[in-house]
Amino acid sequence: MTILTDPPKESFRLSMLLYDTRYRSATIQAIAMIAFMLLAAWLINNAITNLNTLGKPMSFGFLGDTAGYDINQRLLDYDSQDSHLRAALIGLLNTLVVAVLGCITATIVGVFVGVMRLSNNWLIARIMTVYVETFRNVPVLLWIILAMAILIETLPMPRAFKGDTPTATMDLFNTVAVTNRGVYIPEPLFSRSLGDIHFLGDMALRFDVSMDLIAFLVVLGLSIFGMRKVIARANTIQEETGDRPKTWHVLLGLLFGPSIVLMIVLGFHLGYPELKGFNFRGGIHMRNSLIALWLALSLYTAAFIAEIVRAGILAISTGQSEAASALGLRPNRTMRLVILPQALRVIIPPMISNYLNLTKNSSLAIAVGYMDITGTLGGITMNQTGRELEGVMLLMLVYLAISLSISGLMNWYNNSVKLVER
Amino acid sequence: MSDVSFVRTEMLPEQDPPGSEVGVIGWLRHNLFSSWINGILTVLSLFAIYFVLSGILPWVFQSVWNGGSLTECREIMTATWGQTHGHACWGVINERWLQLLFGFYPSDLYGRPILSLVLLLVAMTPILFNMISRRMNWFLLVLAFFVTAVLMDASIFVWILRAGFAGATLVIGYQLVTLSGADRAEQIAQGAKRLPNPLMFTAIYPFLMPWLMWGGTIWPAICTAFGFVIGYLVLRFGRAYMSELLTMIAAVAAAVIWWLVLSGYVSSALSSVLPIGIEAVQSRQFGGFMLAILLGVVAIGCSLPIGVVLALGRQSDLVVVKFLCVGFIEFIRGVPLITLLFVASLLLNIFMPPGTNFDIILRVMIMMTLFSAAYMAEVIRGGLAALPRGQYEGADSLGLDYWQAQRLIIMPQALKVSIPGIVSTFIGIFKDTTLVSIIGLFDVIGLASAIRADTSWNGIYWELFAFIAFLFFIVCFSMSRYSMYLERKLQTGHR
Repeated sequence: MTILTDPPKESFRLSMLLYDTRYRSATIQAIAMIAFMLLAAWLINNAITNLNTLGKPMSFGFLGDTAGYDINQRLLDYDSQDSHLRAALIGLLNTLVVAVLGCITATIVGVFVGVMRLSNNWLIARIMTVYVETFRNVPVLLWIILAMAILIETLPMPRAFKGDTPTATMDLFNTVAVTNRGVYIPEPLFSRSLGDIHFLGDMALRFDVSMDLIAFLVVLGLSIFGMRKVIARANTIQEETGDRPKTWHVLLGLLFGPSIVLMIVLGFHLGYPELKGFNFRGGIHMRNSLIALWLALSLYTAAFIAEIVRAGILAISTGQSEAASALGLRPNRTMRLVILPQALRVIIPPMISNYLNLTKNSSLAIAVGYMDITGTLGGITMNQTGRELEGVMLLMLVYLAISLSISGLMNWYNNSVKLVER
Repeated sequence: MSDVSFVRTEMLPEQDPPGSEVGVIGWLRHNLFSSWINGILTVLSLFAIYFVLSGILPWVFQSVWNGGSLTECREIMTATWGQTHGHACWGVINERWLQLLFGFYPSDLYGRPILSLVLLLVAMTPILFNMISRRMNWFLLVLAFFVTAVLMDASIFVWILRAGFAGATLVIGYQLVTLSGADRAEQIAQGAKRLPNPLMFTAIYPFLMPWLMWGGTIWPAICTAFGFVIGYLVLRFGRAYMSELLTMIAAVAAAVIWWLVLSGYVSSALSSVLPIGIEAVQSRQFGGFMLAILLGVVAIGCSLPIGVVLALGRQSDLVVVKFLCVGFIEFIRGVPLITLLFVASLLLNIFMPPGTNFDIILRVMIMMTLFSAAYMAEVIRGGLAALPRGQYEGADSLGLDYWQAQRLIIMPQALKVSIPGIVSTFIGIFKDTTLVSIIGLFDVIGLASAIRADTSWNGIYWELFAFIAFLFFIVCFSMSRYSMYLERKLQTGHR
């Protein structure tokens, strides 16, 4: 009778750390970890020693000091007596403004160009190819500086609008002034405004929220809720009877009606820019630096987006469009209902990284003097306080946070349109 | 009964397609005027093209080439065309193109950057075009040296060099033209000497180039190269005594110790004993398009291997290694390059031992390499992810170890799949070299502002921008076309 025994227990030998695959991975990881810790410790130790020698040990106290410089393009109120922290916040908002504007414009232009590149009109396809190749193969910094130079050099000075026989006139029925100091557009004003709410009192991160805007958002939200109800009802009727009731006029009324009523109640009117003295007053002033950056970044990124869109459309097999034609769909409906929804799955992941690139490239604002976060925190604040380590660290953290949130958001969207497979 | 059925006894001849379907008219109908909308679009685009070209072409070609300053240019324009608008003043390019290309590099030493560029092309040819023969590559190399020798100042020594290089060029050139591959193979079979592998020069080039560009004694370059030799030797002969893993660690450690501790002493001792060298050039004299190429080439060349390692690390089963790689890649990809350049210009010295002060261009190179390596890693990871599992399993079933499998089976396929991504990363990093103008290096864009600060060229914009855009366009466009060529060449019909 045989006795079942366990296989002889191998005692652990030190050499097994090297020769036995079970332990070797642990060895490698331990070595990697130790090497990394040593490197980090060495770097940090050096930094501490050097900073102590320079007489400025690490501290973030400088953020509370008075900044002492002006930021001309801003969303929130700010003056030179505010702290460096507030200057950084204003800069951050400016970065976000350019990023959002740029992403929207780049998407519109990019999708248009990408679709047009596949046009069966030879000439248009070639023009779009030239556009894409030109913008892709020249550095974005050059485009930004070039856009700035075009705006400054070719547009009329505000002086040119003066006098009885002005050499320049305002565009769009006298409402928009395009000058070499920037573009002045009408601003929305309310004669019976609800006022602002101030948050956080006097602190550096204080911000105001306009009650009018909130009222608009609430009304818009209610309108959309109502529209959904109408659509849902139309769907049930269609499922029961086979006929779909006409809804577009109800939807249109629901979308615009309440907002228009609210606008009348609040006394909405536009504040037009007017020439006073040597410059324009009133209206919203978009500085050249903002416009140049916006324009250059969106056109540059649009070239990349166009290629992505084109590749995405080409990735859909021709069978899909042939099937759509066989069903009797017209070409533009085929594009909208069959091709684009499928192409979207291919398009979105690289699109995310292009939005990220645009946001990161907005840091080149420093080249044209637009005060984004690189210009405030990484520029003037760092020069004034001499806190390079802290400044650069904060700057990197801010960008990292922006990047991670964008990619998180877009990945969530990507997951929601993803093809559900087995 | 008569037969009334009709049977055709001869075929009608083939007819040409209708005139509206072939030739120019047919092409126009199909490609430009296939529908009403297309026709309108075509006319509109023709107008747009006319509008753009009517502005640009006269500006480019009705221009002034020999004005010494902007005012002079404008005088010539007024004298010739009666107006100063709509005409380019290429005088600025005519006067400053050397500066735009070389920065403040001493003008009598321009031969050195040119030689290193030519040698770069020679070093790259065996990698880029593998059909180039050994003879061809060595012919190019000797030719490059010969041209440089011709350009050098004459002395007895230079005359000897010229004669030597001319002879070598002739010999290899003669072989290249007259000998067919089969004849040469026969000669080699009969015992003739084979030319060394051109990849050898490619391996030497990274150490030759810094010496050519910066000058000084040759010993630091040789000592740096010697570090790799030490690592290789330990790797080669250590296997007999140690395990694979230990050998690898020992090799890396030996090389690092050599570079950090010993090589400095050795090279300074050797330079004092045997000062072989050429005139040294300071880093702040570097600039212009040369700087873009220098930074681009270094970042591109170094980031590919680092990117491969990072991508493998990210795919690895070792949790710690994977975590470190992911952290590094995501961090670098999350911040703009400009912040990394701030680190290079302001902070990198803070993280080094007190008293270290290393060169600004070297610091920028390090940061740009790390930056592009993170992007490269993601591109290669995409290629790795595209490989079917069967490839890994096949490698395992053959009994290959990890590195063999990567080298022989996985990497060639992964790299082939990711060629478009790799090349667009290359193009991106090359364009991003312009950002160094923001931290105060005089690259092309920085020089353009410097030229504008000169009183005689104050107010000139478009010509400089056009020139810079042209330079970058040429390089980037040819890179993208090369990637397309490579994709076609490596096309195997399945992914």
